[in-house]
Amino acid sequence: MTERRFPLWILILLPVVMLGLVVASLSQGGLLDALRRGVPPVEELTFERVVLRPGEIHVDVVNGGPDPVTVAQVMVDEAFWDFKIAPDPTIVRLGRATISVPYPWVKGEAHQVVLLSSTGLTFEHEIPVAELTPEVGPRFFGVFALIGLYVGVIPVAIGLLWYPALRRLEQRWLNFVLALTVGLLVFLGVDALHEALEAAAQVGGAFQGTMLVAVGSLGALLTIELVSRSRVRREGAQGRAAVAWLIALSIGVHNLGEGLAIGAAYALGEAALGAFLIIGFMLHNTTEGLGIVAPIARDRPAIGRLAALGLLAGAPTILGAWIGGLAYTPLFATLFLSIGAGAIAQVVIVLWRVMGDGASRFAPATAGGVLVGLLVMYATGLLVAV
Amino acid sequence: MSPKDGMSRRELLKRGAFGAAGLGVIGRTVDGAAELAMHAHDPMVAGTVGRVSRTGFDALSYLEQFDYGTVSTLPSGQTLREYDISAVDREIEVAPGVFYPAWTYNGQVPGPTIRATEGDRVRVRFRNLGTHAHTIHFHGFHPADMDGVFEPVLPGGSFVYEFDAEPAGLHLYHCHAVPLKKHIAKGLYGVYIVDPKTPRSAAREMVMVLNGFDTNLDGSNEVYAANTVAFAYRDNPIPMRVGELQRIYLVNVLEFDLINSMHLHANFFHVYRTGSVARPHEFTDTLMMCQGERHIIEFTYDRPGRYMFHAHQSEFAELGWMGHFQVEDPAV
Repeated sequence: MTERRFPLWILILLPVVMLGLVVASLSQGGLLDALRRGVPPVEELTFERVVLRPGEIHVDVVNGGPDPVTVAQVMVDEAFWDFKIAPDPTIVRLGRATISVPYPWVKGEAHQVVLLSSTGLTFEHEIPVAELTPEVGPRFFGVFALIGLYVGVIPVAIGLLWYPALRRLEQRWLNFVLALTVGLLVFLGVDALHEALEAAAQVGGAFQGTMLVAVGSLGALLTIELVSRSRVRREGAQGRAAVAWLIALSIGVHNLGEGLAIGAAYALGEAALGAFLIIGFMLHNTTEGLGIVAPIARDRPAIGRLAALGLLAGAPTILGAWIGGLAYTPLFATLFLSIGAGAIAQVVIVLWRVMGDGASRFAPATAGGVLVGLLVMYATGLLVAV
Repeated sequence: MSPKDGMSRRELLKRGAFGAAGLGVIGRTVDGAAELAMHAHDPMVAGTVGRVSRTGFDALSYLEQFDYGTVSTLPSGQTLREYDISAVDREIEVAPGVFYPAWTYNGQVPGPTIRATEGDRVRVRFRNLGTHAHTIHFHGFHPADMDGVFEPVLPGGSFVYEFDAEPAGLHLYHCHAVPLKKHIAKGLYGVYIVDPKTPRSAAREMVMVLNGFDTNLDGSNEVYAANTVAFAYRDNPIPMRVGELQRIYLVNVLEFDLINSMHLHANFFHVYRTGSVARPHEFTDTLMMCQGERHIIEFTYDRPGRYMFHAHQSEFAELGWMGHFQVEDPAV
């Protein structure tokens, strides 16, 4: 056999080396130029962030297209305007630039920023409601921590208070609650996936937003599955505790994504997070606490462990709100939301295994529980609607 | 955003976080920002940043450049004026750093200003060096087969337009090949002046073609101008002398927008519609014009200083159709 004459690593590397040679000859020779001839450059700029300061608009843009883009002029509200661009007016592929425009923007009104490239193409961005961007400081962290506390930590903690009641339920009803948790998680998972795809649409082309969702969600699912496999498979209390930790973790990652969105929205003054909305969030998220304790209802966990579970699920909301308020980009949001979706999917798979064979999975208590879980989330979701 | 919008929480977050403006926060200063402005702007003033290249179209020299043609006398005694005009594809700079793939007459937009006297014989040798069929359609009197409509000149081809210069007035010429809108928007137009046999009074004369450019090809203009370059006469104000009669040949060729206008600051002007009558129609400071409409306007500044002129469509003004007159008092 001829293959035997060469070491394995050479055979593995052979196609890679060939590919390298072909790519090198392509980029050296005139073939690429010949293919491009006469075709105008493809320009793509994506707006990543907008910062409003008194009398100033700052925008961060990223070039997600195949060719460099030179920003020649800036229009604000259909008027050419003075601007500065750093580090350079020509933005290379995957490169970034910050553009500062001294502009007397009007609080509460809509403004439109258009970048005009050297080839005359336009890249447009609308600021629907102009609001001063909050500055980093103790007040910033305090306000965002408070928001995270109210919409993430407190509801989960309240949900955990169902624990004593769960302990006294018959096994049949406990199964019902476990199934309800599955319904709840499916709801959150679909929600995270939807939001991830929404954010992905805002991501620059070269960063492949939709593919990032696939990589992030499946990556999270498979990684958590690999890492947790041995623990979850253990019999008895240890296995059930591992399931509870997984549920808390997946809800935590989801809440991180939710916190991101809240932080970004609140920072821009767009989300009127009034008392009514916060109450809605609390009702909606309280069920998450119930889901965490459902698998360990029989196991008498220490109060400290319950608190740790609650923090794991709820506290990321605060972190998310900070990141969202501080440095939101569609790229981060896509990544975190897809990781959340993947983590939730993994827990649903674990719970599905825990819930036994086909007969018990589709018993009235279990199937009904999943349905009720979905309905409860939908109904409390309606409460949040403003 | 008020709570009565009927949006779900998710919609609300989406709008906040992923919507158009839903981008991040927190300021950081732009350290070492590349200062593009080559001249200090007043803060909070609209305008382009930087200057167009000196090697391109010079809006200041175009202003007062009249092509009287190569002059000879026909056996009949009639004055013959001969012009050579070629259609050429050329990229032009319409605002600092912004390039537009134009179709031009003689490599410039607007094309050369053709000027003759009423009764002269005008002969225009047209060559098409471009990539599409073009023509020259002159406004004014001429035979049907000299109209530049039914005789498209293919790339590489040529045509000779010949007619008598009449009536006296301010006219224009432009390509009439189809699609008409595209051929005009791309820059194939220029000014054609027929002076009356009795000359107009002595004045400082200028040509202003009101135009615009749809740089991103979406069917509306990104750049507006008097004579092609956005803010050309703000960046280089037009010098004038106190007491000197100013005559502007004002031609509107603006594509896509229904109307255009001229507004003069701190002054009024006399309007000679189409330049075809001896007495002014109107004394005003704001003049509305549709596409193809052209007027001669005359005015004098009595005091020195810097005066603005612009379209009174604020949008056009802030997108480039705005300039300054710098009026000096020679006695001072």
